[in-house]
Amino acid sequence: MTVIDNMQPSDESIAAGNGVIGQRMLRKEDPALLTGEAVFTNDMKVPGALHLAVLRSPYAHAQIVSVDVSGALAMDGVLHAYSGADLADQWAAPMPCAWPVTDDMKNPPHYPLAVGKAAYVGDGVACVLATSDAIARDALEAIDVEYEPLPAVIDLESALADEVIVHDELGTNASYTWPLVIEENEGDCQQAMDTSAYVVKERYVQQRLIPMAMEPRAVVAMPQPFGGDITLYTATQIPHVLKVMTALTLGIPEQQLRVVCPAVGGGFGSKLDVYAEELLCVQLARTLGKPVRWNEERGENTQATIHGRAQIQDIELAADENGKITGLRVRLLADMGAYLQLITPGIPLLGAFLYGGVYEIPKAFDFSCTGVFTTMTPTDAYRGAGRPEATYAIEHAMDALAREMGIDPLELRRRNFIPKDAFPYEAYTGLVYDSGDHDKAATVAEDLVDYAGVRARQAEQNTPDATKRLGIGVSTYFEMCGLAPSRVLASLNYAAGGWESATVRVLPTSKIQVVTGTAPHGQGHETAWSMIAADKFGVDPADVDVLHSDTAIAPLGMDTYGSRSLPVGGVAISMACDQVIDKARKIAAHQMEANEDDLEFAGGMFTVKGSPDKEMPLAAVAFEAFTAHDLPDDLEPNLEMQVTYDPPNFSWPFGTHMCVVEIDTETGNTEVLQYVAVDDCGNKVNPLIVDGQVHGGVVQGLAQALYEEAAYDSDGNLQSSSLAEYLVPAASDVPSITLGESITPSPTNPLGVKGVGEAGTIGAAPCVMNAVVDALSGLGIRDIQMPASPVKVWTAIQEARNNTQENQQ
Amino acid sequence: MDVTITVNGQQHTHDVEPRTLLVHYIREHVGLTGTNIGCDTSSCGACSVHLNGEAAKSCTVLAAQADGMEITTIEGMAAADGTLHPMQQAFMENHGLQCGYCTPGMVMAATSLLDENPNPTEDEVRIGLEGNLCRCTGYHNIVKSVLAAANS
Repeated sequence: MTVIDNMQPSDESIAAGNGVIGQRMLRKEDPALLTGEAVFTNDMKVPGALHLAVLRSPYAHAQIVSVDVSGALAMDGVLHAYSGADLADQWAAPMPCAWPVTDDMKNPPHYPLAVGKAAYVGDGVACVLATSDAIARDALEAIDVEYEPLPAVIDLESALADEVIVHDELGTNASYTWPLVIEENEGDCQQAMDTSAYVVKERYVQQRLIPMAMEPRAVVAMPQPFGGDITLYTATQIPHVLKVMTALTLGIPEQQLRVVCPAVGGGFGSKLDVYAEELLCVQLARTLGKPVRWNEERGENTQATIHGRAQIQDIELAADENGKITGLRVRLLADMGAYLQLITPGIPLLGAFLYGGVYEIPKAFDFSCTGVFTTMTPTDAYRGAGRPEATYAIEHAMDALAREMGIDPLELRRRNFIPKDAFPYEAYTGLVYDSGDHDKAATVAEDLVDYAGVRARQAEQNTPDATKRLGIGVSTYFEMCGLAPSRVLASLNYAAGGWESATVRVLPTSKIQVVTGTAPHGQGHETAWSMIAADKFGVDPADVDVLHSDTAIAPLGMDTYGSRSLPVGGVAISMACDQVIDKARKIAAHQMEANEDDLEFAGGMFTVKGSPDKEMPLAAVAFEAFTAHDLPDDLEPNLEMQVTYDPPNFSWPFGTHMCVVEIDTETGNTEVLQYVAVDDCGNKVNPLIVDGQVHGGVVQGLAQALYEEAAYDSDGNLQSSSLAEYLVPAASDVPSITLGESITPSPTNPLGVKGVGEAGTIGAAPCVMNAVVDALSGLGIRDIQMPASPVKVWTAIQEARNNTQENQQ
Repeated sequence: MDVTITVNGQQHTHDVEPRTLLVHYIREHVGLTGTNIGCDTSSCGACSVHLNGEAAKSCTVLAAQADGMEITTIEGMAAADGTLHPMQQAFMENHGLQCGYCTPGMVMAATSLLDENPNPTEDEVRIGLEGNLCRCTGYHNIVKSVLAAANS
């Protein structure tokens, strides 16, 4: 059990700034992206680069009997070709998994190219280096691999039966079992199940999803002219973590490695990893002394880049006669895929603390998760990472409970909300929720969607033979983000910390540089971080430059994922600004011969209380700091401060989503007529960006509910391996989104912020599925598994009607 | 084989492999990398350009087929003095982009949409852009951008 023991609620509200924070400022990033000037990794022009192409296993599970690359080597333009065995001595360590969730977790060795056995369709088995990408890909066809196919393992429960073992040396497909039981209350959960007035027992399947960032991955590894240094340009979310891991995996002295992310076209967790192609490019570039580059085609991306979700969830929810929750039990079976990638095993556990939703849950809680290997693409973080799954389960189960009780699902939720005045609230898990106002978020959503009005329309419209059935869905959520307090990560066996670094410097000409360890890939950090500094210093955000995503310029960082960038990285910037201002104040006081405590700083100007004629602009202070001709004793020259901030707690954004769907019973098609999202992420630095994050998140969650699935056949072939088959929604598939306002600042950081990157996704899938089931429950349909495709819905309607007829006969 | 193609008003002649797709021609031979590649099934629209004035996915056209044609890419949209095209400006003002990878294609498709239908409804914009995928914005602000451009 995890306890936050160092949470220090702060009484400080957001420090009085200069009015920049909270503005809907247009993004600095946009002109370059809108004109084609932005350089993505694959846009880099690298004369003399060798192009890498990877031959991938067409079998889900097969012994690699032999690999003959001679045919490829004989082709014009092909310079090198290697099997996995050829490169086996190139790796100082297997590819990293940084989250050994239990001491006895089983983790098979995983190398950039498979040796001996391929474990999923897409597993790399050989590679080619050629003078062009086209030649390299053509040459893959000339490599002769003899495989001995083995049975695939696709179904999670079959995998657990160990009839076919994916990694022979492990002797089992079970990687780990991780329990979260409140020890002093052991037995209470069973007692709640035995004695409560209501118990709902549900099984939900989180289908496999493909993150599908619009920019596929791309890598350029460039040896530097002297001394063995090498620069890795890559489309990643984690330049800093990647640098450490690449150094360890390849045995490179870390100081010789520099990682740079050019423009990165979306990630959603899929670029939060250490990938085979990055290691291959770096190692081959080092060995051959030439730049090596690789770009991923979409068909590769769907198989060689991680997948997300993929869990079977068994949830039991007990409640008393009033619907007050009395106990909760959760059993997860989580699909690891063929190998453990960077944080694969920890993903389902990020949700472990959120199965109680936004409700007052007694300590009668019992959770465990078993991770299991299959012969499919490895899973890892996908937007929300464990938290959407948890929210789906509790929110869908709450609707099942409401149906069982015959009460309105919104009313049931209200009976269980943690009240506003109970925060900070120590939850059943020992974690402390920072702040919340669930009733407010629900009320704002209720009004915007006209909940009562839609219920009345529904009662009128949903006659037994209606061809268009109306459904209304509600979901509420708490998100655990701002990853993360390092000590809590330690208690979860995570190998790294959760701090973030910021350096703020005022240049001699008073322009400001902010150096951040976050690594944006669409989130607009250059805009938002410059607003934080501009607000502090009272300058124009245009005078603040944000430097990031290059380990030579920003050597310290923990990167961007888990809605952490603002509540950890942004807070670090704000603190560094404060320290710079403190130093500037000393210099200004010295120059103006005033007492430091008498100085005020606003609009970029130091003034002295009671002496209106005395003032000194920041620009003058910066120049004094630079010349160092007349500084106070013991004060170093220059205006630069570095802060590393380790958050005392997670941040806890929350919200309520509501939507209205109409289902055509003759086609099974679901149309979302209305979508309302009230996401409370605390104070907003730039509401324009916050809104955009919610919009995009909602559509990704909605897409899980209605459209997307990485479907495999029984031989382990991915059937949705292109954008023609994997249904990323288009503009015509999704509704316009209405956003409602609720702002409950976090008391744990000076900006009062919480983070918003994943919120929309967390709220949306249960909201839409609750609406779908709400529309159909009058026909006797209890549930539909995601995605609620037209064929699945239509089939369920036919079965329900047949059952009704049989019952009537 | 030789192809002569006018790109953003400038005529280029290159010797290309017959199998060269127009998108590869634009990126690798002309050297304009604003046109992005997001898929290999002509599904995503990231590579949309104007071909003789109409939006086309440049991965569905061979460079050879574009011989003698006029192409406009995202690099050719802003005025020579750097003033953004009204559609680019509308995307900026309405936060119609996040990571920006789909954006060049989206802008090219959207301008072509307004050429055909200068005053579209929201539904017409959504249907008109269904060949262009975006993973970041949920389309809400893209649709808003296009409607704003239509009104400007």
